[in-house]
Amino acid sequence: MTEIKTDTATGGSGMGRRRFFDVVLGGGIAALAGGILYPVVRFMIPPEQPEAATSMVVAAKVGELAPNTSKMFRFGKDPAILIHTDAGQYRAFSAICTHLDCTVQYRDDLKHIWCACHNGHYDLSGNNIAGPPPTPLAQYDVAVRGDQIIVTRA
Amino acid sequence: MSQQNRRMQIGTWLDERIGWSAIQELAMHKRVPMHRHSIWYYLGGMTLFCFLVQVFTGILLLLYYRPTAEAAFESVEFIMTDVPFGWLVRSLHSWSANLMIFFAFVHMFSVFFMRAYRRPRELTWISGALLLVLSLGFGFSGYLLPWNQLAYFATKVGTDILGEIPLIGEWLLVVARGGEDVTGATLTRFFGVHVAILPMIATFFLLLHLALVQKQGMSVPIGEEYKKAPSMPFLPNFAVRDLVGWTLALGILVLLSSIFPWELGVKADPLAPAPAGIRPEWFFCFMFQTLKYIPGKVFFINGELLGIIGFSLGGLALILVPFLDRKAGREERNVLFTAIGWVVILYIIVFTVLAYVE
Repeated sequence: MTEIKTDTATGGSGMGRRRFFDVVLGGGIAALAGGILYPVVRFMIPPEQPEAATSMVVAAKVGELAPNTSKMFRFGKDPAILIHTDAGQYRAFSAICTHLDCTVQYRDDLKHIWCACHNGHYDLSGNNIAGPPPTPLAQYDVAVRGDQIIVTRA
Repeated sequence: MSQQNRRMQIGTWLDERIGWSAIQELAMHKRVPMHRHSIWYYLGGMTLFCFLVQVFTGILLLLYYRPTAEAAFESVEFIMTDVPFGWLVRSLHSWSANLMIFFAFVHMFSVFFMRAYRRPRELTWISGALLLVLSLGFGFSGYLLPWNQLAYFATKVGTDILGEIPLIGEWLLVVARGGEDVTGATLTRFFGVHVAILPMIATFFLLLHLALVQKQGMSVPIGEEYKKAPSMPFLPNFAVRDLVGWTLALGILVLLSSIFPWELGVKADPLAPAPAGIRPEWFFCFMFQTLKYIPGKVFFINGELLGIIGFSLGGLALILVPFLDRKAGREERNVLFTAIGWVVILYIIVFTVLAYVE
């Protein structure tokens, strides 16, 4: 800590009285502003709400979906899509478009996945094949057990 | 005699306390230049009128609107179908919002082409440009409030774009949405922004903008000689013309709201796919359409990020126009800036039309 001089008129080195009080006052105001701002900024950031991670869900029943149709289902908190292909296979993907977070749909006329928001296209392996999507859709594993179509996180 | 006396007494009483005569003096001396481009002087006032309609109808809507994911759609439905004149108040709010943004754009371009931003009016331009940005913020936050399908996806896309910003993007996205996803928390947050935070900021800049206009008077375009240009008194000549325009605008607003009441659409369903033909409100369409055309990757840069960088730079350039156009500061015409203005207008029109016809 610098020695505090009581007389600024001496012109000596170190911190004069005026300067000292400027720093104390300025620092005090800055600390006050910080003390107000910090809780405000923290208040604006929502607290994380942990939820049980879903790793398996029954998406549909066998026979519910005709070939070349699809069904939306909820996987955890996110929308997902189950597709019964023309070839009779079941495929499941995250329905969240990798471009800007829209929800995709199955187009039976194109026989692939489409996002209406910005005209993004994905094939039946989830690969982005046209439009702005930068990466493929997340694919899930599909298994048929009894009459249930079960989707699990790959 | 005694009545006149009393009026004078009240006048003197007020003057001693609030300096009324100085304000009166200022108002009586305010003049508006008259020349062939004077018609554009009315557009700022027109934008202000729409803003006042927004404040008034917005306060009325607050009496019934409920800002939660469970109740928002139903409360707007209730306003539209059950509340007496509810359809009118809500439609006025929507129509006036769109007209306000339209007039703000036309006002901005007219100011741009008349070079009214040149010295000493740089701060008037900057406050105006910020008001335009705030208007877009009003439009974006208000759009979600009815909690319908179109608004839900518009908000998902609009906020997801924030997440693309390097370093602080993720943080901004969570703050904007009130969580990782667009949920009821987002709706409540947008409501607070729409009815409290934005109005507070906008009121500040609006008062600043108007005070600067009062202080500096109306700008005269380069070439229309200021000294020789005839002018009319603001009170009552220009003010009465303004009021006639506002009355006409109110008539048009009521007509539009009656013939084309604003749609409500279907309630947002987080599980449903985005409907075909989805697009944002018209004033975001040119940006939306641009995002459609940019491929996923351009060289090594993410396509969306490229779009965001482009529009951010555009916005920054817009705010800095008075400092970029050095010639206007010297009262010289700048053909380059006129050309840029027209290219931007053409770009906005073409891309907006494309978003509607595609």
